[in-house]
Parts: sequence; structure tokens; C-alpha cells
Amino acid sequence: MTTLTAKDKDAVRAFWAKVSGKSEDIGKQSLARMLAVYPQTKTYFSHWKDQSPDGAPARKHGITVMNGVADAVSKIDNLTAGLLDLSELHAFTLRVDPANFKILAHNMLVVMAIMFPIEFTPEVHVAMDKFLASLALALAEKYR
Amino acid sequence: MVEWTEQERTIITSIFSSLDYEDIGPKALSRCLIVYPWTQRYFGAFGNLYNAEAIKTNPNIAAHGVKVLHGLDRAVKNMDNIKATYAELSVLHSEKLHVDPDNFKLLSDCLTIVIAAKMGSGFTPEIQATWQKFLAVVVSALGRQYH
Repeated sequence: MTTLTAKDKDAVRAFWAKVSGKSEDIGKQSLARMLAVYPQTKTYFSHWKDQSPDGAPARKHGITVMNGVADAVSKIDNLTAGLLDLSELHAFTLRVDPANFKILAHNMLVVMAIMFPIEFTPEVHVAMDKFLASLALALAEKYR
Repeated sequence: MVEWTEQERTIITSIFSSLDYEDIGPKALSRCLIVYPWTQRYFGAFGNLYNAEAIKTNPNIAAHGVKVLHGLDRAVKNMDNIKATYAELSVLHSEKLHVDPDNFKLLSDCLTIVIAAKMGSGFTPEIQATWQKFLAVVVSALGRQYH
């Protein structure tokens, strides 16, 4: 399990405070990029009539996912416990291969770099990367 | 063999023609050493890498970042034969430099993020897809001659 140091958590919380106002945009763009750059991820959305990266279902889902990330920031001191329900959802209902968490995380980092080029320093980048990796691990907790 | 559309070729040559190597190279390499600190193992002789500030201001790292970025020029000029173009470089990274090929992807991800920050909203999802496809081919070619 990736251990988030106090410094990591402070960096994540500080950066999130700056960007949370754009959370919906970050979510929509991250998901759009994931679908466009990694077309294999579209296999999870075959039930959408419109699978295009900038379609309505994708945009709505990007917001949903990002709300989950925002919630995780508030539970950063115990992600495993805090994300228990979400983990069960992903494990038993959605059954998303955890490799995809890394893919989505990468696209979130790209969007953050685009939207916040000054604030997304290497130090913030490493803290966010570690946080998203920990988040992914917590989400995969109930898989097996 | 990797197929490239006309649009993909244009995207790649366009990004490289307006690339500021002296700016992007150092930023990409230093970001890689900060975000993935184990990559510092290859730079023992480069001087002070003790913290992010030291890495960001290290002139040896900066110079090397420029060098690595220029290494991509050959791929841009030979997009239809990247594998053969990089055969020698692949051998070098394997036999002489002993770089774990997984690290190529780490640097490639950092380069993507630095380019994204520079291009802003101009780095559209379509351009990102082409850019990442190009880097994936480069990364694969660099790892090809390992045994």
C-alpha cells in the first residue's frame, strides 16, 4: 500500500483547494481523454447510446467520477475505510479491471497540467500521483 | 509495421517544429526524477539530486534533458521505420547504460505532461492520442534489442 506522508496529504489538500472549483471540468475532460486516447476503455460503456468522448453520457460520468475523487480527498486519512462502499461497487457490480484506474489517473494528471500549468509543479505532481495510486488501491480492495 | 495517417504525421512534425528543446527537455527529465525518484539510480554521477529544488537547478540534468529530447528527432524524421532507426540506441540503453525499459514509459508520461502544460487546451484529446501513440512506438523500439 502506498503510504501517503503528511507532506503528501498537505500537498494534495492544498492543490485540491485551488482546483476544486473546476472539478466538473477536470472530470469531464479526464474521461473524454481516457475514451479518446485509450479506446479499449469504451468497452465498459457499451450500454451508452452515445460513446463519444464529448457526448452527454461521458460528460455526466466524468462529473460523477470526479465527485468520487473529491470525496476521497476528504477521506485521505483512511482511504480504505472511506471508500469501502465504492470498492464493493467496483468489485462486484462494475468489475472494472484495476489497470484502468491507472489509465484514468494519468488522464486526470494531464488535465491538471493543462488547466493549472503553474500550480501543477513536479512536487504537486508526485503527491497527486501517489494519492491517485492509493485511491486506486483502496478501490481494488474488495476485488479478491 | 506502424501505420500513420497524414493527420498523425502532421501533428507530430508540427509539435516538434515548435518545440523549445532547452525548456521542455530539462523540465521533462527533472519531473521524471522527482515524480519517480528511483529513476535517479542512473544519474549517480550527475551531482546534487537530494531534493526537488536541487534536481530542478542541476545543470547536468538540464543538459541531459535536452540531449534526450533531441534523441526523438530521429524518430520524427523516420516515422515509418522507428524500430530500425533506434536499434543502435536500444543496444546502447541495454548493454551500456543498463536502463530498465519500464523507465522509458515513466519519462514518456512526464514528457506528455510537460507538453500538455505548455500547449494548454491546444493539446486536444486527438492530439494527445497521436502524441502518446508516437511515444509508445519510440518506447517499444528502445526496448526492442534487450535480451
